[in-house]
Amino acid sequence: MEIKVLGPGCANCHTLEQLTKKAVEELGPEFTSAKIEKVSDLQEIMKYTMSTPGLVVNGKLKHTGKPLPSLEKVKSLLKEEA
Amino acid sequence: MLKDFASYVTYDFAGLAQGSRLGDALNFFIYDTIKIFLLLTVIIFVISVIRSYFPPEKTRKLLARKRKFAGNILAALLGIVTPFCSCSAVPLFIGFVEAGVPLGVTFSFLISSPMVNEVAIVLLWGLFGWKVTAIYIGTGLLVAILGGMTIGGLKLEKWVEEYVFQIRLGEGQTLSEPTFRERLAGAKWSTADILKKVWLYVIVAIGIGGFIHGYVPQDFLVRYAGPQNPFAVPIAVALGVPLYSNAAGVIPIVYALMEKGMSMGTVLAFMMAVTALSLPEMIILRKVLKIQLLAVFVGIMTVTIIAVGYLFNAIL
Repeated sequence: MEIKVLGPGCANCHTLEQLTKKAVEELGPEFTSAKIEKVSDLQEIMKYTMSTPGLVVNGKLKHTGKPLPSLEKVKSLLKEEA
Repeated sequence: MLKDFASYVTYDFAGLAQGSRLGDALNFFIYDTIKIFLLLTVIIFVISVIRSYFPPEKTRKLLARKRKFAGNILAALLGIVTPFCSCSAVPLFIGFVEAGVPLGVTFSFLISSPMVNEVAIVLLWGLFGWKVTAIYIGTGLLVAILGGMTIGGLKLEKWVEEYVFQIRLGEGQTLSEPTFRERLAGAKWSTADILKKVWLYVIVAIGIGGFIHGYVPQDFLVRYAGPQNPFAVPIAVALGVPLYSNAAGVIPIVYALMEKGMSMGTVLAFMMAVTALSLPEMIILRKVLKIQLLAVFVGIMTVTIIAVGYLFNAIL
């Protein structure tokens, strides 16, 4: 599984990255191999969305902007793409 | 009912004398704290639900190729209800401009958004009443509309960084529309999140308010910053620009200033200067704007805010 956290580098984007890491850990063995990448390049971000922070799983946009998703929400978003 | 409860705690439970300074300060503090937290919870929740209907992508669609004036008004209004993280100002700016939203209209949006937000609305309403709140929202929108129209009228597209026009927008994936139940869940979560971030500021604001209410003489500031001093407005704006704070943080100061005799227009101008013009925001915007456009932006905003301050000092 390839996970991208989109954000130019601010508190909210950082929070989303932490949430995603935690979600992956808590979801257990089949998810721990997932690759989490922080994307701050504007051209790359704009391919998916203009409202950061964004979450992309296997090339599919799963979350954009504020409010941030809860930990449970991130887990269910990841499971949808498993 | 709230008033009775506050009086009961202060005068009966804590045993402070009615009319004593400490008693009145505590009474005011308890009453206002409960009132404002109730207001905050309800209003942030309602606004969060409304906001879920206006994601930036929809706002952009509404604003694309809008004409001047009508576009500026719409952009300023949408600035209130479209949620965005201050760090996404750059991708948002690029996304708007690339999709054909006129530069001036984009600016109206970017100006109104930080200035008129739900926490500011609740605090103003709770501490100063609905009239001041309505005036603040109205003038905030006015500043955003005028600022955006001026920048649009000057045709300053040449001072936008070139790379902005070279970035290609992707197909732009969109998320599926959330169900109403999901909107409510999201609003509940974001209300808790906002309250967690601002509760301390709010208590400090009310605490300062309660303290100066009881202890500092009412006309403390009148001599320096009352309506008679013609330089009060520009000085307040000059002090406000380098200060950086969100609306929640600036309101304790604003409250103290106004309680002690600073005139309404001066206070409004100060608050707008703090929230709408900040160094971190300038640094973020510098990524997409050349220094000339940034300077024009700061200049126009400063002049407009000062004008609004004088206007309200004159008519209130």
